[in-house]
Amino acid sequence: MNSTLEVSSAEQHKAIMGFDHVQSAHCENGVTANLLKFHGLNISEAMVFGIGSGIFFCHIPFLQLNKLPLTSYRVFPGLVFSRANRRLGVKMKIHRFRNADKAMGVLDKMLDEGLPVALQTSVFYLPYLPKALRFHFNAHNLIVYGKSNGNYLISDPIMEVPTEISYEDLKRARFAKGIGAPNGKMYYPITVPKEVDLRKPIVAGIRRAAFDMTKIPGPFLGVNGIRFLSRRLRKWPDKMGERRAGLNLGQIIRMQEEIGTGGGGFRFIFGAFLQEAARILEKEWLQDLSVEITVSGDRWRDFAVMAGRIFKRRQSEDENYDALADLLLECADRENEIFGKLRGLSLKD
Amino acid sequence: MKEEDVPQEDENKLYEGKNRLLEYAVDKDGNYTQKLSVGFEPKNVALEQAWELIDDQVAESKKGVEAGELSTLAYHMEKNLMDPGLLAQHMGYFTWRVKRHLRPKIFAKLKTSVLEKYAEVLKMTVDQLKTIE
Repeated sequence: MNSTLEVSSAEQHKAIMGFDHVQSAHCENGVTANLLKFHGLNISEAMVFGIGSGIFFCHIPFLQLNKLPLTSYRVFPGLVFSRANRRLGVKMKIHRFRNADKAMGVLDKMLDEGLPVALQTSVFYLPYLPKALRFHFNAHNLIVYGKSNGNYLISDPIMEVPTEISYEDLKRARFAKGIGAPNGKMYYPITVPKEVDLRKPIVAGIRRAAFDMTKIPGPFLGVNGIRFLSRRLRKWPDKMGERRAGLNLGQIIRMQEEIGTGGGGFRFIFGAFLQEAARILEKEWLQDLSVEITVSGDRWRDFAVMAGRIFKRRQSEDENYDALADLLLECADRENEIFGKLRGLSLKD
Repeated sequence: MKEEDVPQEDENKLYEGKNRLLEYAVDKDGNYTQKLSVGFEPKNVALEQAWELIDDQVAESKKGVEAGELSTLAYHMEKNLMDPGLLAQHMGYFTWRVKRHLRPKIFAKLKTSVLEKYAEVLKMTVDQLKTIE
């Protein structure tokens, strides 16, 4: 692959619609930020993630994906998007379709009008992604910003450069079935404020995230969820044997590090957001918490490294499920403190 | 995570050199910045583990077909990372109907129109559907 060639094609793409492809860590934040940028509201990915209260943790054994418990480091797909829009005063139009041909027709009409639109798709049907990443995962967002020689021009926020996809492939990707089926979901902003005072949305975003992490009752969600996972994980090797325990661990690492988390289970993106927030709100202590959440992200990464060695059977003597569980408790305590402080944030004082 | 510590590990070329992913890290002045990563060892291992599991299931269904216990549809279903439930949703059938079609005797009697629909959903020809390559 010739890298200079790619750059020039990115510029060509940009010339087509004045659409600027910016790579991001996570698809939902990236799509939202890129769409808003096109409509004149300049906002970073981390800012969208923070204002949308994206950071979270949950471990829910009775909700299963591929027979493994659901573990997530972020809020449910779609929530970042809807919360960020509400707090920023952005109105989005959302379409869903029953008929695939009609859905493609409406998409074409929007593109003829010169408007880039976002689509929900399944990664399994996106041929431009590396094969290793293509599972049946239905909540992937991307932007279509034009057509060329019958192919659709795609700005996929996790990709370094814009790409293309055929009509047939895009249709399949939009009408994949299964959990969270996209049903051809298509969305675009209809009103975007030109200037936004970010202070209020930031405070609202942080306070909601802090509440979600520390105050939701029950064992599964937020900091409680981390402790719950720690308790369960300690017993895995005895309860289900090395192999199943390894599979469970692998699933958690994938949720933490695979596409879109920006590393450390979204803790680093949130750190970037807190740093930006500290400057905008002129509150030095938010910067201190940004450093703290970065430390927490580093510990999550240590957790991943140790877990990886354990299920590859390359662990050293003091690396075992107990040690993993202790690491989780440390993360839980640290995040409990961070989000406890953030809960007290207000615009005054 | 410091900028220089952002992992660049992809021993087995999992990502085919196609795309680097964006990560967030802190530079030497403590400012957050973005950095591209080619991969992270534990993540690669977890991903490989998931694929090994799938490969096992595909191999098992292949054995099943060769032993005459499963129809070729079962093999192609596994190859497409589907279970009967998901395949049924794509077909617009009830799950039990797809499960029936996994039996060789019943699969052999299927109408061409049904076979064509399976072939379309699984993105292959009817002839391919009837064999395991």
